[in-house]
Amino acid sequence: MNITKKDYDKMTKKASPPSPKIKNSLCAFFFGGAVCTFGQLLLNVYMNLGADKDTAKTLVSVTLIFITAVLTAFHLYDKYAKVAGAGSLVPITGFANAMVSPSVEFKAEGQILGIGVKMFTVAGPVIVYGTFASVVYGVVLWIISTFK
Amino acid sequence: MPERIGKYTVATPSHPKILSYAAAVGKKEGDGPLGAQFDYIAEDTTLGQPSWERAESLLQKTAVQLALKKGYLEPDDIDIMYAGDLLNQCIGSTFGLKDFGIPFVGLFGACSTMALSLINAALAVDSQAANKAIAVTSSHFCSAERQFRQPLDYGGQRTPTSQWTVTGSGAVCVGKSDEDCVYIEDYIIGKTVDMGITDANNMGAAMAPDDVKIRPYPRHEGMVFFYTQIQYLRGFRALFKDFLM
Repeated sequence: MNITKKDYDKMTKKASPPSPKIKNSLCAFFFGGAVCTFGQLLLNVYMNLGADKDTAKTLVSVTLIFITAVLTAFHLYDKYAKVAGAGSLVPITGFANAMVSPSVEFKAEGQILGIGVKMFTVAGPVIVYGTFASVVYGVVLWIISTFK
Repeated sequence: MPERIGKYTVATPSHPKILSYAAAVGKKEGDGPLGAQFDYIAEDTTLGQPSWERAESLLQKTAVQLALKKGYLEPDDIDIMYAGDLLNQCIGSTFGLKDFGIPFVGLFGACSTMALSLINAALAVDSQAANKAIAVTSSHFCSAERQFRQPLDYGGQRTPTSQWTVTGSGAVCVGKSDEDCVYIEDYIIGKTVDMGITDANNMGAAMAPDDVKIRPYPRHEGMVFFYTQIQYLRGFRALFKDFLM
């Protein structure tokens, strides 16, 4: 029996059960939406307490990050994310989880070489390319502005 | 003495016997359908250790202790130990087994480590390089996730094709014996077959092609088959589950 890589790829695709796309999308929509609604609620509460809009926005982010960090540390966030999928990934909570989870994981390897080094293993690329993209867009903006 | 009897097949004519064996596993494995077959089931996946790697080492240590105990053997009776796991530099084995004081060979064969270590133990016994040898392997879900995938607490969805690494360790004592017990008659070491699967969440597809490429004809009914690099242990009539680690 001689099977080429192409044939095998076809066989693999046929044999592999697909991800439940509709269920995943619906879960992501509702859980992600719930997080955003909760964020809006927090924003209104902070503004009612007397914060101006910019401060209130920062406070919302900080609160969501804090809640995620606590949930991650208590091994609860991954259980929530298993159901919520992209709904847990896209809001700021996903980024907070990406920072906290390696810190928890690599605590056993020490404060510097464990937490300090490994903290960025998941979120590192986001920071690197996020910063790089902002530089590129800055240059583009500058070039456009010279034509004014 | 070992003898090559075919293109791939090597016979071990003195028929090295399985003197004793033991399996130590985690809680999830203990809850499964094979639960009653295991010699030791940890109540807690950490086994009371500060890190997952130490927990895995302790599983190996426990498996070897139990295998020796079941065969009424002392560490001094064993001439050589073949062991491996999934961690860098096989630290699960080196740290877990250091206290036994048995000469140690570290092996890395991923899923095939149990077959690989059994083959080596059988070769050592058949060639009279050792009177008794022990073959050991282990894996731990949590240490494997860290080694190959994401941190445990990272929130993500598993694809339907992703697999769960076993938390457990198996140890088998191999030697000569007059008793009628399970023995290793011959073996085949498989070749690596790369069919271009790059999905880390579909390991089954990456391992399966070895099955497609080589098809030696089984001479015995109780043939045991291990995935990844094919290693067939023929004439190996023990219950499959006792060795499936």
